[in-house]
Amino acid sequence: MNIVVLLKQVPSTESFIEIADDGVSIKTDDLKMVINPYDEFAVEEGIRLKEVHGGSVTILSVGREKTTESIRTALAMGADSGVLIQDPAIEGCDSLGIARILAAALKEIPFDLIIAGQRAVDDDGFQVGVAVAEYLKIPHVSMVIKEKIIDGKIRCHRTVEGGTVILEAPLPALFTTQRGLNEPRYASLPGIMKAKKKPLDIKTLADIGLDAEKAGKPMTRIMSMKYPPEREGGTIIEGDFAQAKAAALVKILHEKARVI
Amino acid sequence: MSQQCVLAIAEQSDAAFRKITYEVLSEGRRIADSLGCPLTAVVLGAGEDISKELGQYGADRILIADNQALREFVNDAYTNVIADIIDKENPCVVILGASTQGKDLSPRIAARINAPLAMDCVAVRVENSNLVVTRPMYGGKILADVVLDGNPQIAAIRPNSMSIAKTAGAGSVEKLDVDVGKIDLTFIEKRLETGKVELTEADVIVSGGRGMGGSDFSVIEELADLLGGAVGASRSAVDEEWRSLSDQVGQTGKVVSPNLYIACGISGAIQHLAGMSSSKVIVAINKDPDAPIFSKADYGIIGDLFEIAPLITDEIKKIRGITN
Ligand SMILES: Cc1cc2nc3c(=O)[nH]c(=O)nc-3n(C[C@H](O)[C@H](O)[C@H](O)COP(=O)(O)OP(=O)(O)OC[C@H]3O[C@@H](n4cnc5c(N)ncnc54)[C@H](O)[C@@H]3O)c2cc1C
Ligand SMILES: Nc1ncnc2c1ncn2[C@@H]1O[C@H](COP(=O)(O)O)[C@@H](O)[C@H]1O
Repeated sequence: MNIVVLLKQVPSTESFIEIADDGVSIKTDDLKMVINPYDEFAVEEGIRLKEVHGGSVTILSVGREKTTESIRTALAMGADSGVLIQDPAIEGCDSLGIARILAAALKEIPFDLIIAGQRAVDDDGFQVGVAVAEYLKIPHVSMVIKEKIIDGKIRCHRTVEGGTVILEAPLPALFTTQRGLNEPRYASLPGIMKAKKKPLDIKTLADIGLDAEKAGKPMTRIMSMKYPPEREGGTIIEGDFAQAKAAALVKILHEKARVI
Repeated sequence: MSQQCVLAIAEQSDAAFRKITYEVLSEGRRIADSLGCPLTAVVLGAGEDISKELGQYGADRILIADNQALREFVNDAYTNVIADIIDKENPCVVILGASTQGKDLSPRIAARINAPLAMDCVAVRVENSNLVVTRPMYGGKILADVVLDGNPQIAAIRPNSMSIAKTAGAGSVEKLDVDVGKIDLTFIEKRLETGKVELTEADVIVSGGRGMGGSDFSVIEELADLLGGAVGASRSAVDEEWRSLSDQVGQTGKVVSPNLYIACGISGAIQHLAGMSSSKVIVAINKDPDAPIFSKADYGIIGDLFEIAPLITDEIKKIRGITN
């Protein structure tokens, strides 16, 4: 089974995010960059599937030089090879543009199954994985917490409001991950050593038969960024004893905030 | 060419509209008014009986695509049908909910018809006939204004962030001939926890964290029940297996914006805040006066949640005239 994982490198979730001087991007200089947590589930699931069904796991990413570090981490976890698409022309691409580039790259990588994150925790876009499936004309299931492959079909448990839905898709297919799918392993020391020798190809758009024009003009553009309104450091409800505090809170919530 | 419309995609589950549908219709109406164009609603997989209600939320026309294959949400059938409707109706804006359904559906539609899409919009406005949406990024640490350029422009709105407005109108209802097209996906089964208030739709959420000390959440369940709300959890409480994964609030859980969020025994880690800081009113109960959650909460009580939460429940009962 040939498995491809779509991996994006993102600032770690504990990062303090600062808006850059241009007002439409963020300062990246001091950020700790990691594998998008949802893509980490994807890497883990890919490796587990390979352990059961045989085959290989290829990591595919559109990113920058630094992204190779995250790809190496995935290789150290147990993936077999990596492909990074890196090209200055990619800057400014929107989600559909990135999806088109990934789909073009996938023309040259054999796959039975593609695993992506439900969202990247930087742009919180929720778009790229699903759009890749559409460009490749294969079915997808999103937000999957459990899957099983039998007889060329994948059966997925997808999370929805208030429960789960079970769907089945013929392979090749794509699914996106949800927390609960697995607990990603840490890269072991031998894994890290082995990863250094695993193939990691860096390609330009031209190498995958695209140019900036074909990747498409962005149709969404960030005009400005701001910080969400600072929540005012709140009022600590004082009182001589617990019941007085509870009563004072309920009075405020009822009469002033009017939320109960 | 006939006048363009705003197309609002309704969302039903077991032939009842989800709350997001009314939010989508109401916001769709506001956008249609700023563009000076009509609002068309589309209902998939349900009949006229429930659909005509949408006229009261601003729809001028209500299109019904009712077909057995559309009763449950199955992406390829929905995408095929909606792409056909978009082709025929030529809307300038498509609006839908960024529910799990909308998140599954909208990127597929956007890619198929080559249209710009913005997910999880918390505000939408029209500037020079382009949509400008406000959407959170970086787990809510940043709010970005994004301009969409294309035809149509697709906005998926975050549940619980747009107000619902009733109108006097009654839209005209039209049944469509539907061709669900090529379908690869097979719907097997749906497993819903009944009677549970969905976190992303709840007006009140009472969440418990590691401070709950175990899987007995009864003190906060009682409070949530009394307020008609839902129970949430921090990741630590989920990792301890005290609560199910679907209760997790935060950057790798659900993003919620209820009117009232009560955090009990939750320290206020940045990843938790990402999931709840857009709540209208936040209350924190924590025994540690230095817990970071207090700097984000509108109101805080320093104390033991096992003592405070039941007292809050009692006080609410008192003002509501409920006797124990
Ligand atoms: C990639 C990544 C993603 C993450 N995603 C999420 C996410 O989506 N959601 C999330 O919540 N976390 C997430 N986390 C984890 C997050 O960093 C914190 O570890 C977690 O939120 C802490 O949970 P907590 O507040 O319940 O526990 P703690 O930080 O241990 O806090 C417990 C609090 O309870 C108080 N307390 C104890 N006993 C009582 C009592 N009897 N009465 C009152 N107060 C009491 C203590 O004073 C303390 O403040 C993520 C972390 C990473 C690395
Ligand atoms: N630049 C990228 N390179 C590879 N995969 C990506 C990239 N951007 C997004 N993805 C994949 O698409 C998923 C959803 O991303 P997004 O639509 O940006 O939220 C991610 O979890 C990845 O699996």
